[in-house]
Amino acid sequence: MTTATATPAPHKRLARMLGTGAPVYALLAALLIVLAVTDIGFYEPDRFLAFVKRAAPLVILAAGQYLVIVCGEFDLSVGAIVTAGVVAAAEVYGSYPDAPWLLVAAGLLLAGALAGLVSGLITTRLRVPSFITTLGMMLILEGAVFYWTGGSPHGQLPQDFRQLGRGTAMGWLPWAVLACLVAGAVAVLLMRSDFGRTLIATGDNERAAALAGVRVHRARVIAFVLSGAAAALAAVLVGGFSGVSAQAGRGYEFEAITAVVLGGVVLGGGRGSVVAAMAGAFSLQALFTLLNLRGVSGALESTVQGVIVIAAVGIGAADFSRLRRRRRTHSPGGTPS
Amino acid sequence: MNPRMVRGRTARRRALASAAVLLTGALLASCSSDTPPDAPAAAGESQDSGGDKPSKFFERAEYERQLKLGEETPKGPEGKPWEQMLEPQMVSTAQYRKKGQGDDVHLCFSNAGVFNPWRQVGLKTMKAEVKLHEEISDFTVLDAQGKDDKQISDIQELAGNKDCDALIVSPNTTATLTPAVKEACGKLPVIVFDRGVETDCAVTFVNPIGGYGYGAVAADFLVEKVKPKGKILALRISPGVDVLETRWSAAKLAFDKSELDVADVKFTDGDPAKTKSIVADAISRHGSIDGVWMDSGATAVAAVEAFEDAGVDVPPITGEDQQDFLQVWKDKKLTAIAPTYPTFQWRTPVIAALRVLDGKSVPKEWKLPQPTVTQDNLDEYLKDGMPPLHYAMCGCQRMPGFPGDWGGKK
Repeated sequence: MTTATATPAPHKRLARMLGTGAPVYALLAALLIVLAVTDIGFYEPDRFLAFVKRAAPLVILAAGQYLVIVCGEFDLSVGAIVTAGVVAAAEVYGSYPDAPWLLVAAGLLLAGALAGLVSGLITTRLRVPSFITTLGMMLILEGAVFYWTGGSPHGQLPQDFRQLGRGTAMGWLPWAVLACLVAGAVAVLLMRSDFGRTLIATGDNERAAALAGVRVHRARVIAFVLSGAAAALAAVLVGGFSGVSAQAGRGYEFEAITAVVLGGVVLGGGRGSVVAAMAGAFSLQALFTLLNLRGVSGALESTVQGVIVIAAVGIGAADFSRLRRRRRTHSPGGTPS
Repeated sequence: MNPRMVRGRTARRRALASAAVLLTGALLASCSSDTPPDAPAAAGESQDSGGDKPSKFFERAEYERQLKLGEETPKGPEGKPWEQMLEPQMVSTAQYRKKGQGDDVHLCFSNAGVFNPWRQVGLKTMKAEVKLHEEISDFTVLDAQGKDDKQISDIQELAGNKDCDALIVSPNTTATLTPAVKEACGKLPVIVFDRGVETDCAVTFVNPIGGYGYGAVAADFLVEKVKPKGKILALRISPGVDVLETRWSAAKLAFDKSELDVADVKFTDGDPAKTKSIVADAISRHGSIDGVWMDSGATAVAAVEAFEDAGVDVPPITGEDQQDFLQVWKDKKLTAIAPTYPTFQWRTPVIAALRVLDGKSVPKEWKLPQPTVTQDNLDEYLKDGMPPLHYAMCGCQRMPGFPGDWGGKK
């Protein structure tokens, strides 16, 4: 029995377009409205751009994490890559204070991609679950950073390197917002390309994809490489935004995965859109800002975050299962299609 | 106790916890509760900006004692604060005197861990102190990596080791480590430092004045520098950690007495990016912020940058003796002060252990001075070429191997 309808009703078409991301768009809209009510000045251009600038690293991380999750894997190492990136840049500048920032940034991107490549190869070739591979990668990087710096990185990040995370183009547009837009556009184009389709097919049903001619291993390795590079880009932004810190990326892997899941992307792969994942990142950042503005602090903040995340994902899941059930109960008596 | 210890420990725990949480498919947002497991639950305290009830961590007698100690002139050699003591109650250690003068000494040290810059600088300084004493033939350090259970077995191992002449302990947590320290006390002389345990069986307990002194110094500075009715932003690391609570409760008392208005009390988790966001939001919400009080200086530079990025002047601000803050303070000519939790306290346990094994008396509680970096002595503590996260109050400037061994350049 097939249930495909030739001409779906407009609201159904809209629902399909939004896909599994519908709840996150609703959540994001709600949060943005509440923010506007809480703080009148929130939508002044400067402040709103500052908000996007703050969200940029997480959005980029979420886009990278999406690629890995949608093909059925995890990347727990992104937070550690951010930390390692910031610390490595500081160490490089400690030894070579005059290094050109573009070279250092490019070096970081390459190193991030390399870390992703290693995770990807170990996951696919040695068949170590990515959960373990990237957990190991996280511990290796954390330990290495610690060993290398003795807990206190040398060197300051110079202003030109920090420009990308801190400065503005043309005097008003933060570079971080531009970087975020570019990364987002690349991710969308990527997911619309053949590669994107093979990635989703891989996550949906690895065996079917392989039989259909998808080189699943290669697709997954590329996803890891891109996730690593995205994490390195986030490191450039985070380092630029807040300077040297041996804990710069702490907890970011967690936030990125939360953002992706909040965006309705199914853990295990095969379903969800990258735009929704990035919207999930914006929602998280909006939530952080809202909690900060409302004066919710300390331990309660985590609690509120947890409740909202579970509720958002839970409501999304509940809606879809009910829709499906209704369709199933109706179809026997309905018109055969 | 050292707050940075808690932070470092929970960072690792959170990393592993994140894995566990994912395994079960649970979804908690980024969540950054830094409350250590041994600390009382702090959820109810989140709105302490307006609350008038005194914190349950507040002890008036201890508060008054610390403020008084801050005004005392310490006994001991000038310019060597790690050998000085405040109001010492000396106790005899004749019973621990090591027979046969000239014997080599084997010191043993159970360290909570080295997971943050403060402890890194401290341990380096302690090792340098050991090198200064030729009579120390061996120095065994067991690193508990921030785990109570490992430290308990470390202490048992060292106390049972016939070679250890004295045991130095920097406890990871107070209550959990108490029985292990008690047990060790029966076997060899024990010296506790940094954070206490709930027993006075140790020969001496080395620590600086304490959190009330720290918090009050910073708050008094703002009361003096900020005009009346000025808005103060208080930035704290995390709730429920005793030493941080004491810092804040002393500051709150000072602000309550003053005409300053505490506009916000926020927890930063010690994260510079979060700090920057919090400060930026506070500036735009309150129109202006006239002073910043911090319970630790690790994120002070991020707070300074938030004012710069918002295009406003940096108001009077308090920090700590971390190199990057001192540098920014000088470069940008800030109005600032830096109370300290001095890293030079890592030198004292070694000195204390040698005195004990020599049969010389030591204070039952060896209270060290807690110097403050001010505009007047800033240049003395700011050293070019030191790493940004170095702690200036290390007392290590004249030790052999400085600055290279501390990661600095000549």
